[in-house]
Amino acid sequence: MSSYVAPLKDMMFVLTELAGLDKVAALPGYEEATTDVVEAILDESAKFTGGVLAPLNWSGDQEGVTWTDKSVTMPKGFKEAYAQFVDNGWNALSGNPDHGGQGLPKVVSAAVQEMWKSANMSFSLCPLLTLGAIEALELAGTDEQKAMYLPNMVSGKWTGTMNITEPQAGSDLAAIRSRAVPQGDGTYRIFGQKIFITYGDHDMAENTVHLVLARTPDAPEGVKGISLFVVPKFLVNADGTLGARNDVHCVSTEHKLGIHASPTCVMAHGDNGGSVGTLVGKENEGLKYMFVMMNAARFAVGLEGLAITERAYQHAVSYARDRVQGRAIEGSPAPVEIIRHPDIRRMLMLMRSHAEAMRALAYSVAAAHDAAACHPDAAERAQNQAFVDLMIPVVKGWSTETGNAMSYLGVQVHGGMGFIEETGAAQFMRDARITTIYEGTTGIQANDLMGRKIAREGGATIKVVVEAMRQTQKEVAAQAGPAFAALASALGRGIDAVTQAAEYIVANYGKNVRTVAAGAVPFLHLMGIVSGGWMMARAALIAQGKLSGGDTDPFYPAKIATARFYADHVMTAAPGLALEVVQGGASALELDETMF
Amino acid sequence: MKILVPVKRVIDYNVKVRVKADGTGVDLANVKMSMNPFDEIAVEEAMRLKEAGKATEVVAISCGVTACQETLRTAMAIGADRSVLVETDVELQPLAVAKLLAAVAKKEAPQLIILGKQAIDDDANQTGQMLAALLGWSQATFASKVVIGDGKASVTREVDGGLETIEITLPAIVTTDLRLNEPRYATLPNIMKAKKKPLEVVKPADLGVDVAPRLATVSVAEPPKRSAGIKVADVAALVDKLKNEAKVIA
Repeated sequence: MSSYVAPLKDMMFVLTELAGLDKVAALPGYEEATTDVVEAILDESAKFTGGVLAPLNWSGDQEGVTWTDKSVTMPKGFKEAYAQFVDNGWNALSGNPDHGGQGLPKVVSAAVQEMWKSANMSFSLCPLLTLGAIEALELAGTDEQKAMYLPNMVSGKWTGTMNITEPQAGSDLAAIRSRAVPQGDGTYRIFGQKIFITYGDHDMAENTVHLVLARTPDAPEGVKGISLFVVPKFLVNADGTLGARNDVHCVSTEHKLGIHASPTCVMAHGDNGGSVGTLVGKENEGLKYMFVMMNAARFAVGLEGLAITERAYQHAVSYARDRVQGRAIEGSPAPVEIIRHPDIRRMLMLMRSHAEAMRALAYSVAAAHDAAACHPDAAERAQNQAFVDLMIPVVKGWSTETGNAMSYLGVQVHGGMGFIEETGAAQFMRDARITTIYEGTTGIQANDLMGRKIAREGGATIKVVVEAMRQTQKEVAAQAGPAFAALASALGRGIDAVTQAAEYIVANYGKNVRTVAAGAVPFLHLMGIVSGGWMMARAALIAQGKLSGGDTDPFYPAKIATARFYADHVMTAAPGLALEVVQGGASALELDETMF
Repeated sequence: MKILVPVKRVIDYNVKVRVKADGTGVDLANVKMSMNPFDEIAVEEAMRLKEAGKATEVVAISCGVTACQETLRTAMAIGADRSVLVETDVELQPLAVAKLLAAVAKKEAPQLIILGKQAIDDDANQTGQMLAALLGWSQATFASKVVIGDGKASVTREVDGGLETIEITLPAIVTTDLRLNEPRYATLPNIMKAKKKPLEVVKPADLGVDVAPRLATVSVAEPPKRSAGIKVADVAALVDKLKNEAKVIA
């Protein structure tokens, strides 16, 4: 199997030059995130993920998880790798220092998490869920709950889950039926079945802390009657030791298309009298807390799209350099490595340029998240938060759709061998497939972007973003040379396309919501492609500045060439997508339901 | 007991080495640099001795350009308590490094100096031996096992054809072989702490050492490309070619 080598150079470039790591390190609380420390962290993370997590990716996929007697056994090596992951402090990277975390900013944890996900996506889902559960308890837990759970969850000694979905309540959480019965002593007994619970049970940690959505007896119908509970696998005694086994059990695991080493569990609460839990936050406000977590989780899943693209790209490059097949199209004395063939080169460039564009966008959004959380100036906080809110569905929806398209190309580069599991290219495609589905499908992201993030505020935030894009476009247009001319023209057309589509949405969403909503996903793609192009243009400008300053690093000309490729091959889709948005809605709905 | 661990900043083992177009050396511009892997084993061994209660302090030392500070931070992230950089832009050859280390060793007075048996860039395999000679201390090279006793160390060495165990008196120099240990991954808290650990910078002149190169590099070239193979008619022809062309059998 191919190895994973973290793209440290591009990661540091994006962090320092595009995402503004120095500005993040100037925020109160993030003083330790200086460039040298971050570089040392990324360096060691690269060693750990490449040396410990990546070698288990293929074997974990092939072996899968084992379910026996209501408990899950992880594939070989995972338990040891997780212990090392926890011992080395990686789980605590972004955790609150009050609970033993290192308190590093999101922009740093985004880069480190990209490595976890590239190295071994199935493994990375365990800390992803723990971090989400930590966030919920930080947000709404009582001091007692925080003291009881957070230190062990921040370290990773205990893991966390989200018990949300039920068979009849998937994307629509209003249909949740699990019951929570108060016991009069401050605890509740939970009854109900939860499905699709990632890492609902496993043998890597001594305790698992479930966050469970359920209804109290007098709760109103629908989304306004859902409360959040914390339910540990083993009850925790007052002195912090583990007590009785709680009545929550994994009654089966799913057989899935991908992420075979991530246990997707059916959890039964209350088969023997009810699982014991305590209320998190206020009664009936569970969904509100869940949505805060959901934003973090959506961003993290967006990173998965980037991460799987990077891994599939590395895998494809390594094969294309090695595989000798066919003579060069212009003629060659002997067959050549397939990387010499123009179409292979084009596919590799698509993968590479998309990975770079997604990375730049994701890390920039992470940096804005840090500013939104910690900037001393309220107006700065609000402006950054608006940018984050607008971009979360783009990072999630666009990056995961792109991750699928790029891992598909990874298989294509391998030809027939890609269709054979043993080359490993297919695993990335299978693992990528879930990313456009969980934590809100692409359709849901697109509706969120179009409805909540644009129409509802009359397009206020997107206008600010478009203005920033135009500023970059002007700077690009002022540069000499054919690469910048191509970039300026592609970005100009892209910005016009976004503007046209956004104006259409603002003008028509209230009047004709169904027709507009039929163009939601094309609009999401349009936003992703153009935002990525904006980032690539910024990167090219910085690279040009370095070269003009006498820097001879080949990284910079490569960055400009990659940005130009993105302009020539990806940005070209923008005007067509805008047409789909403004003209395509009606025909999508024209056929009567009975005609299907 | 104090242990001194010299660490060298070298081209990363993952990097494909390229020779400069003018043949004067290896192209190091914009190339990832890391700690010499044999020196990582040395730091790990020192840490294990400290954790076993055999050592009280581990001091890392590096000689070279300012950027060697990163290598020292790496050593401190693994666990070294503090470090010393002998800073110079002059090209350092093994004898100069040995003299610098000897000068620092006289000041620091460690009982043990553990370093890699060689560096993966020049593969000289000289510094440890020269250092032992300059200090007049015992040496045990190519160590695959180190056991510290009372004023002594028992060291198992990887030699041609097997293992040799020798006993040396302290203070001593030990150079590490690959099988001595498997270096750990640095933990995140230790990476964060490394920045706050003391790093002292001295110049060769402060130590009274002349580091001027004694050897001149005449030229550096890529290894010859492998040429295509041929078919031989029979065994006799093969033996003839092995004897007279390849000259690998007599």
